[in-house]
Amino acid sequence: MSILVIAEHDNGSLKTATLNTVTAAAAIGGDVDILVAGYGCDAAAQEAAKAAGVGKVIVADNACYEHQLPEAVAPLVAEVGKGYTHILAAATTTGKNLMPRVAALLDVDQISDIIEVKGEDTFVRPIYAGNAMATVQTSDPIKVVTVRTTAFAEAAKDGSATVESNAHTVEQSKAQFVGEQLSKSERPELTAASVVISGGRGMQNGENFALLEKVADKLGAAIGASRAAVDAGFVPNDYQVGQTGKIVAPDLYIAVGISGAIQHLAGMKDSKVIVAINKDEEAPIFQVADYGLVADLFKALPELEEAL
Amino acid sequence: MKVLVGIKRVVDAYVRVRVKSDGTGVDLTNAKMAINPFCEIAVEEAIRLKEAGAADEVIAVSIGPAAAQEQIRTALALGSDRGILVQTEEALEPLAVAKVLKAIVEKEGIDLVILGKQSIDTDNNQVGQMLAALLNVPQGTFACKAEVKDGKIEVTREIDGGEQTVMLDLPAVVTTDLRLNEPRYASLPNIMKAKKKPIDTLSAADLGVEVGSNIKTLSVAPPAERSAGVKVESVAALVDKLKNEAKVI
Ligand SMILES: Cc1cc2nc3c(=O)[nH]c(=O)nc-3n(C[C@H](O)[C@H](O)[C@H](O)COP(=O)(O)OP(=O)(O)OC[C@H]3O[C@@H](n4cnc5c(N)ncnc54)[C@H](O)[C@@H]3O)c2cc1C
Ligand SMILES: Nc1ncnc2c1ncn2[C@@H]1O[C@H](COP(=O)(O)O)[C@@H](O)[C@H]1O
Repeated sequence: MSILVIAEHDNGSLKTATLNTVTAAAAIGGDVDILVAGYGCDAAAQEAAKAAGVGKVIVADNACYEHQLPEAVAPLVAEVGKGYTHILAAATTTGKNLMPRVAALLDVDQISDIIEVKGEDTFVRPIYAGNAMATVQTSDPIKVVTVRTTAFAEAAKDGSATVESNAHTVEQSKAQFVGEQLSKSERPELTAASVVISGGRGMQNGENFALLEKVADKLGAAIGASRAAVDAGFVPNDYQVGQTGKIVAPDLYIAVGISGAIQHLAGMKDSKVIVAINKDEEAPIFQVADYGLVADLFKALPELEEAL
Repeated sequence: MKVLVGIKRVVDAYVRVRVKSDGTGVDLTNAKMAINPFCEIAVEEAIRLKEAGAADEVIAVSIGPAAAQEQIRTALALGSDRGILVQTEEALEPLAVAKVLKAIVEKEGIDLVILGKQSIDTDNNQVGQMLAALLNVPQGTFACKAEVKDGKIEVTREIDGGEQTVMLDLPAVVTTDLRLNEPRYASLPNIMKAKKKPIDTLSAADLGVEVGSNIKTLSVAPPAERSAGVKVESVAALVDKLKNEAKVI
């Protein structure tokens, strides 16, 4: 078996999601290579070469891959991936955008968002917002798979893979990059943080998120939100935790003013310890909380900040 | 401009599904069914393009059982012009769905396809990207904004780090995220009018599409349940538990 892992990076550095994906690849077994497609991405490639257990890093460094547009990267991955039994990427927005396009070019199905490797062709994945776990087997000659990063630990960074370049280019002009608005934050990244504190509709407005931030500062936590809080414009889109937002599994997840709809639970119920602060003692979030505090959040949050 | 929207019949988002005791799937007997919420957003976006004069015709297609007619009727009541049901009793994998949609795009001469980003039952998030690959057209996935400009479409996408904007040549495939728009409700007169709008029914074979797949579902199991926790009386008690019992802070 030979597995190609598609690196997630921003040219200058490797995203840790790549390391989680390498661990999933190792669970399948066989040789693991990483493909880094980008522009001026040498630093990311050097980092990728340190991922434990990786044999080779293939670098396609060309202006045509600068913004990772799938119209350019998918044909590259399909070309390089032809020589492998598996192609894996993280189930992030980048991986989700790219991999089905790769699978279709190779005329194979894709298995999305796996949480467990049962064998080289058999994987477990959540369906129905995590209310069911499907074990699926594929007989496709190349298995295209995306990986839920929270289900696999990060690979160690003590490897020394060889780095080789790939000169393949893809000329396309049908899709053009216009711009990017990235949220800047000093806080840890939501999906990789060990503590996450999320606010819901109960926060009432964006300004009140300052109450969460003060607690987050004390805990070194990332801040998340329910869909209702995002839809209402309290916080940016990329704060959304849930079935259709980000999946998180920190050591500690604190849900504040969140009722606990199934779509929200789908994104956080694998957290190690869950705390819920809600004034409604019947709120469904308490059914998954290890520690529930029935209280008004406007009273509880300042107290919590004080006590930490 | 001709717009195609793909709508999937799925269990209602607020139904709590249970896994069947024989482990073959989830029990949907008598469950309330609906249009996949992301597809509803796709329909709304297409209708807004029509209202703005950018689209001439909106066609709603569903691939599924005869009962998926109900969801097509809903799309017609919301303002789609006509429907296509590609009838099949088995659930198709995304690649097969994309192949069927490709055949329809080519048959109908579609300029813009709008799909949901994700089916809330199978949680695949694949069909739009696959269709774009098969058609060799650009894709604007997870759209929170889409604007047709001079024969192109500018799409702002929700990505993990924030937002990204791309400009795509038409034809193109766009998939919707939650904040692209807020779907309207169908009015009673429009529901009545929708009854007279045409729905063509055909099979995948009629379109010359092979819908087999190499994926087999071996079993479906319920998720691990979390054991019920405790209620704490105060913030002080909470902090104490987190420090001394859970040891997470
Ligand atoms: C297709 C689809 C996809 C979705 N995807 C997601 C997703 O990815 N993520 C997600 O989160 N949701 C998602 N949802 C939405 C989900 O169904 C819920 O609507 C949403 O999670 C509710 O958010 P909430 O808990 O903040 O709001 P509400 O359900 O309104 O709950 C607010 C809570 O705050 C409490 N509260 C109010 N004031 C106070 C106070 N002063 N002190 C303490 N507590 C207070 C209330 O008791 C209540 O429990 C999706 C829905 C659909 C249909
Ligand atoms: N059976 C189907 N019929 C029509 N459209 C579908 C079907 N399955 C998926 N789609 C479209 O593809 C989108 C993404 O689905 P998926 O890739 O299955 O998560 C959906 O929101 C629909 O717009």
